Amino acid sequence: MKPPLFDYLAPVSVEEAIAARARYQSSALLAGGQSLIPALNFRISHPEAVIDLKGIESLRGVELQGSEIVIGAMARHREVELDEAIFKANPLIRETLGHVAHIVIRNRGTVVGSLAHGDAAAEMPALFLATGGSVTARGPGGSREIAAGELYRFHLTTSLEPDELVTEARIPALPARTGWSFQEFARRRGDYALAGVCALITLEASGACQGARLSACGIASTPVRLVKAEEVLTGTSLETETVNEAGRAACAHVTAPDDNQTTSAFRKQLVQTLVTRTITRALARARARL
Amino acid sequence: MSTQRFGERVPRLNDAKLLRGQGCYVDDVPLPGAYHAVFLRSPFARARILSIDASAAREHPSVAAVYTCDDLGPLDQPLPMLSPHPAIIAARTQRPLARDEVFHVGQTVAMVIAVDRYTAEDALRLIDADYEPLPVTVDLASAAAPGAHPVHPDLTDNIVGHFAQRSGDPDGAFAKAEHVTSLRVRMDRSTAAPIETRAIAARWEAATGELTVWDTTQAPISIRDGLASILGLEENKLRVIAPDVGGGFGQKVMLFYPEEILVPWAAMRLARPVKYVEDRTENFIGSSQERTQIHEIQLAATKDGTVIGLKDSFLHDSGAFAPYGIEVPRVSASAIAGPYRIPNVDVEFKAIYTPTVPVTPFRGSGRPHACFALERAMDQLADELGLDRFELRRRNLIGPDEFPYVREGLKYVDDGTITYDSGQYPKALAMIEEAIDLERFRREKDAAAKEGRYLGLGLAFYMECTGLGPYDGCRIRVHPATGKVSVNTGLASQGQGHETVFAQIAADRLGVPIEDVIVAQGDTAAFDRGGGSHSSRSAVVGGNAVHKAAVRVRAQILETAARLMAVPEESLELADGRVTVKGANRFMTLAEIAIAANPLSSPFDRPAEVVSQYGTAGQELVTVGEGRAPGIEASAYYSPSASPWAYGVHAAIVEVDPDLCSIAFKRYLSVHDCGKMINPTIVEGQMIGGIAQGIGGAFYERLDYDEDGIITNASFMEFLMPYATEVPKIEIMHLETPSPANPLGIKGAGEAGTIAVPAVVASAVEDALKPLGVGRFHHAPLSPNMIFEAITRARAKAGG
Ligand SMILES: Cc1cc2nc3c(=O)[nH]c(=O)nc-3n(C[C@H](O)[C@H](O)[C@H](O)COP(=O)(O)OP(=O)(O)OC[C@H]3O[C@@H](n4cnc5c(N)ncnc54)[C@H](O)[C@@H]3O)c2cc1C
Repeated sequence: MKPPLFDYLAPVSVEEAIAARARYQSSALLAGGQSLIPALNFRISHPEAVIDLKGIESLRGVELQGSEIVIGAMARHREVELDEAIFKANPLIRETLGHVAHIVIRNRGTVVGSLAHGDAAAEMPALFLATGGSVTARGPGGSREIAAGELYRFHLTTSLEPDELVTEARIPALPARTGWSFQEFARRRGDYALAGVCALITLEASGACQGARLSACGIASTPVRLVKAEEVLTGTSLETETVNEAGRAACAHVTAPDDNQTTSAFRKQLVQTLVTRTITRALARARARL
Repeated sequence: MSTQRFGERVPRLNDAKLLRGQGCYVDDVPLPGAYHAVFLRSPFARARILSIDASAAREHPSVAAVYTCDDLGPLDQPLPMLSPHPAIIAARTQRPLARDEVFHVGQTVAMVIAVDRYTAEDALRLIDADYEPLPVTVDLASAAAPGAHPVHPDLTDNIVGHFAQRSGDPDGAFAKAEHVTSLRVRMDRSTAAPIETRAIAARWEAATGELTVWDTTQAPISIRDGLASILGLEENKLRVIAPDVGGGFGQKVMLFYPEEILVPWAAMRLARPVKYVEDRTENFIGSSQERTQIHEIQLAATKDGTVIGLKDSFLHDSGAFAPYGIEVPRVSASAIAGPYRIPNVDVEFKAIYTPTVPVTPFRGSGRPHACFALERAMDQLADELGLDRFELRRRNLIGPDEFPYVREGLKYVDDGTITYDSGQYPKALAMIEEAIDLERFRREKDAAAKEGRYLGLGLAFYMECTGLGPYDGCRIRVHPATGKVSVNTGLASQGQGHETVFAQIAADRLGVPIEDVIVAQGDTAAFDRGGGSHSSRSAVVGGNAVHKAAVRVRAQILETAARLMAVPEESLELADGRVTVKGANRFMTLAEIAIAANPLSSPFDRPAEVVSQYGTAGQELVTVGEGRAPGIEASAYYSPSASPWAYGVHAAIVEVDPDLCSIAFKRYLSVHDCGKMINPTIVEGQMIGGIAQGIGGAFYERLDYDEDGIITNASFMEFLMPYATEVPKIEIMHLETPSPANPLGIKGAGEAGTIAVPAVVASAVEDALKPLGVGRFHHAPLSPNMIFEAITRARAKAGG
């Protein structure tokens, strides 16, 4: 469990980092290192160079810009979790981050690192999908925006180019009349979820369901929007039976095969339960905000 | 006399050092210029080794040597069989480095020595080993059945040994039974996963011919003795040190792990220090494991719930080799009747080779499985007879006036007839019943049921034969300059707190403040006769040895002081580091007495002049005196002739979420009796740690071998040790029944915590889910999947 030989680079600007990436056949960006360092130690990953982002001032920090939360590439999970302004703007972020690993890991790991890493069982990519965020990717040819829905291709595989670097992620503030909930089932507190569900329920002033955005992690090869469940809810008055039906509908999104942790059948029950519970919770919160 | 420290909550003396990160573990031992070793390990469960080409690795500029079995000379032979027994049919142990064939994933095949671990791992990848994989049977039941692929090519089946023992007339009891309950239970493979992995470092001094070995072992003296024999060194040229060690749980007592021989051997050959620190992956595939057994157990009872007979036939998974012979399943077999009278017992097992990591004792060692079988059977019997689970147990517990309770015909691993020494089993049950408050529990359960929540209560008794012999020793010396007391023992601590409890025992006898007792252990230079720390034996065997040595030293102190002060011994009092003449203002400090007891030709300081020829003391003291030894010093050994049996009962209240199939502990209670407690804080630490490990074995920790014999969850990401967040607050109740088996009246407490937990949790989950018509849980560890499947089956049955 020792990493193979690699060059270590510590750029102080994004431009320098991108130039460094272009010089190597293979390189890895080091953000919080909570996923990369284990991969190096297991020798699962053997890049020629590791490019450390921590010296790049412009990648730090998290702030509210109008109705958007802008998370710099080096903002740590914990920093984002504890930020009061961010919590007020979108309380789902703190609720979800509470399930990401443990405090010591959140002290180092970054939100953008998690979004870019693209673990199918990770919580933040699911939140990213439900909230409809986007990332800014910078490459040798300039910057582009990638919407959350366009980012995830497969477990640990994103639409980012090998020479690109995410400079920031944007997550919309919570819309009006919207309730939120994140719940998951993990074998131990802080583990990656066997199934996790994010729910955002937006009500009409009348109390009917104007829109629902649901997503899940841990149940497929990428985080997924639970559109089948969303469809059940939209336009209804969210009776218990409708909520239960949404739970059942969500099961169709479970495509993960049986693995050494659990079976597909059990995952379906987990998703059904979590969808029902998160909708119920989000609904209560939305009603409280009417 | 100063206050008695035995029985007090003395804070652990080593904690300040350990918690500040000032411990010295093997990896911390400074060895400038040391090489680092890594091992090529088999990727296959069974394979023929067609060729190993290490030439590219040998050419790596940072590599000092690469060794395969061909380079080992006389070391290339099977390692010792540690527990021979007539019931063993086929004893197979491994070689330091595989020859011709491999027998489990992780087996050591070659050793690379390089300037650091990084380059050693680079070089490892340059070794070209060519294997021809062989077919395997990994599952225990299949491996025991006809047609299984034998693990060892020279055998036709996988049987390590076949053992049977009986007490009373079990056939007669079953013929008379009014009710028989039968069940099959299973426990799966797990691993101790100590926080410090294994590590070995060695330094050879060619000039003096001395070899020093630092080893995370729980038994440094055994390692020293064995290594001296293997390497052809005199005992006094070989020092083995187990410095601070971060947990062992049985995994660190082996004679030998291949690395324990090869690292010192390489240090001698290369005349450079060599270090090896196992990484976590290696710990999963290269260090001993335990726990898989399948029991078919039957209880014969009368209608009123008296259990008159027990039959148990089980399979035990030994892994690929059996260095400990059939010791673990023999422990299971010895524990099978638990705290109940059950006068007629028939127990029989087959130990089976499977192409997996070898199995050796792991905290609890065979007992959690036996407890699971027996206690699950007791619950089932209670249900079938329509009796309350507590009541059934109450009717069968051995009473406080029935000791010693002998199970004629049943033997423990030391071949002694099973003889329970003392206990208050019914009282333990009454204590836990009262603490649970059954009335309150029923109210809460009913209230929860109305909200669609499911609460369950589980319970289980456990027994543990502790304090395994043959002996351990202690040498106590009072230091002349300081009056401080050295207590040297042959035990080795992995964090249990020996230094504190041994100091307590010695301080009491010697009338010194506990701060003045310096305990040395885990170092053959400190003491080199004895067994090691395992089998819940250190306090019992080591503690009583400390006591015996301290009694002798106390006598020496008083006798010497009486002579020096020319007063009768009866007039003397030993306390606060001095001997005082009762009622007079005369005293001598221990330092003065120690100086005076050691005649010198030349004094090293003023006080020492007293005992030299230049001194003013009576001439008589300038000689040692016939039959006396110089100084204040004595050694003693304690060799138990009877074993103290610790026992206890645990209960848990859990809530099961039938949709997420998760469990939450509402309460976890334990009543335990380890005889007289030397230090309740340390006992509680052992109980809590043991129960936490037991919770792992009950619901989380399971090594998942696939059908090719590969562990698919060999990392802390997937092998689920419970975190602090998964372990509930544990309510501990002490019950102290002194053991008549040893002078201090103590029983071991190290392993007890782990034993009952899987049975308790299964019992609680089963109880919680009864209203859903869910059946029994006879497989540990439980998991959300199992709960899901059980509920799904019950719903299907109810629906159809
Ligand atoms: C014990 C443990 C438990 C954990 N549990 C969880 C959990 O329950 N849920 C969970 O979601 N996560 C969990 N994690 C992972 C943790 O959240 C990581 O912090 C996160 O996945 C990656 O963030 P990082 O900053 O550490 O990234 P790094 O490890 O530094 O990088 C990860 C990958 O992302 C790439 N990358 C990083 N930054 C950028 C960027 N700006 N642009 C492009 N690519 C980039 C890197 O090149 C690398 O390939 C756990 C980690 C540990 C060690």
